[in-house]
Amino acid sequence: MQHVSAVREPLVTGGKTLHDVTQDICYQVEAKPNIRWMAALSVALFFLGVFFYSVYRTVWYGIGEWGLNKTVNWAWDITNFVWWVGIGHAGTLISAVLLLFRQKWRSSINRAAEAMTIFAVICAAMFPVLHMGRPWLAFYVFPLQNTLGSLWANFNSPLLWDVFAISTYFTVSLVFWYIGLIPDFASIRDRAKGTIAKFSYSMLSFGWKGSAKAWSRYETVSLILAGVSTPLVLSVHTIVSMDFATSVVPGWHTTIFPPYFVAGAIFSGFAMVLTLMLITRVVFRLEDYITLEHIALMNKIMMVTGSIVGVAYITEFFIAWYSQVEFEQYAFINRATGPYWWAYASMMTCNVITPQLVWFRRVRYSIPLTFALSIVVNIGMWFERFVIIVTSLHRDYLPSSWAMFSPSIIDIGLYVGTLGLFFTLFLLFAKFFPVINMAEIKTILKYTVDNGPTYNPEKAHAAHAHQPAIHGAPASAPVTYNKHD
Amino acid sequence: MTKHFALGIFEDEDVLLHAVENVRAAGVKIHDVFSPYPVHGIDDALGIERSRLPIAAFFFGMTGLAFALWMQIYMLGFDWPMIIGGKPHIALPAFVPVAFELTVFFTCHGMAITFFTITGLYPRFKVPVMDVRATDDKFVMAIELDETSSQFPRLTQLLRENGASEVNQKEMTHN
Repeated sequence: MQHVSAVREPLVTGGKTLHDVTQDICYQVEAKPNIRWMAALSVALFFLGVFFYSVYRTVWYGIGEWGLNKTVNWAWDITNFVWWVGIGHAGTLISAVLLLFRQKWRSSINRAAEAMTIFAVICAAMFPVLHMGRPWLAFYVFPLQNTLGSLWANFNSPLLWDVFAISTYFTVSLVFWYIGLIPDFASIRDRAKGTIAKFSYSMLSFGWKGSAKAWSRYETVSLILAGVSTPLVLSVHTIVSMDFATSVVPGWHTTIFPPYFVAGAIFSGFAMVLTLMLITRVVFRLEDYITLEHIALMNKIMMVTGSIVGVAYITEFFIAWYSQVEFEQYAFINRATGPYWWAYASMMTCNVITPQLVWFRRVRYSIPLTFALSIVVNIGMWFERFVIIVTSLHRDYLPSSWAMFSPSIIDIGLYVGTLGLFFTLFLLFAKFFPVINMAEIKTILKYTVDNGPTYNPEKAHAAHAHQPAIHGAPASAPVTYNKHD
Repeated sequence: MTKHFALGIFEDEDVLLHAVENVRAAGVKIHDVFSPYPVHGIDDALGIERSRLPIAAFFFGMTGLAFALWMQIYMLGFDWPMIIGGKPHIALPAFVPVAFELTVFFTCHGMAITFFTITGLYPRFKVPVMDVRATDDKFVMAIELDETSSQFPRLTQLLRENGASEVNQKEMTHN
């Protein structure tokens, strides 16, 4: 038996029965696409077109299409890469770390957050691959003895660590997500009416039947995957930060980078989860599953990680002064007061000041404010990466080679293009896959008794009109059975 | 081959757990129990052994670690030694990230493949199920019957007494 304190807010409201959960979450999958979804998809597809055009220009004419110059030779590409990878951190954090900490509220958001992770990592991967200039030679990054000589990959390079970290992270997240989806695909399969739906979901469900032994193994696999994903999620952004931290560029060469980047990643990831979930819950009528309580909890995580990021900014400044290294000091003073002061100011405002608003209960529980906040944080985190990358590079040791960076139209096209790619994938996911983990919600249903009427026999009978009378207790009735644990 | 099953349909996981214990105590062998979500405590009630997947996961992880270390040491230390940044050929601290990532990679994928293989999960065109409601809101206890299904009335009574809301008979063709 689990003990649930009486004061705790219910995780699922509306007095749902098990059947209600299936009904509510399968509704979107089974219903005809609604007009709002179609409109959103068309916008996303337009930006996907922009993405393909920008990729074509980049690949056909080369990296010269971007706004890079000899001094600032890393700019929007790597900024977008780090931004997307960061966003991709919340999914695995929710599904792995919160699973290990037994945070049951994660059940309502983990499916969509994991999907977001996978799509964000796909978007992220576009940038380093395109920056290679000849993406068809991307396999050179793998340790294959190439045909031009017998050189292997350089395992001392953080960029190669990135290859391993990102590909491991992507495939592990994908497998974790898919294993979680299998029982829900089986639920949809068993309800499917049309031939195509029945066939597709049979294929997707891998023949899942929900037998006791399969569930037992499923839980073991989930737990171990959570166990290995927890250090993995921390390692990925650590390694991304080492792309900078192991170099000798003033402003990059700092030991604080790994924890600072990880906190920033979770910060921006939760902001994106909030942005997406606030829309999803309204469009798909999931207010009973993603409650204000969920939003407040996510806000709190955003505030904690945002504060860590704020402390990291200040620590960096302090250490630059304390180190007595002239170049290091200049890099930081230039960041705040140099030609890119506006980027620095945006970063500080968006990432340090805005999350502090969450201390107010009214902000935490307000949907419009949370939505605005999540967008602001995402903008701020993009500026953070831009500030770190461009302001550290644009004034290097030799003043004669100082330069400014201005993005080309293709740079901008690639960035908004990946947003199109991301939203196309997310919208397709939201239509054809169950956006909430039904099996997991059903597990917690019993322990989140709502104060309202929890069981309505008439309603239950109406739903099962073709069946004989129903005995037994409703899913959300209190129980006293000792389950040997 | 066609097999006959008696299916006890339950509405609640706790009623089901009681029923599983009582049915087993009555000397009836339970073929399987199907539920929409993992029912905690059913492993003990059904006498399912604890999964050995964690052990497999450990060995997959060790394989990944050993492979990663061998790969990096062999490639950069022996096959084509290069001086990179004036550091030793076998710069172990620099090999840690890749070694860690491959450990996780092997653990995860090794275990997922093992899970799919032993549980018999693979994409298929049609999935015959005992009762379609088992993935929605019902808990289904399946008990295998012999050719004549003579024990069905007795089983019906036993399952009903233990809280089954309905008891059905089902033919399943295994191939």
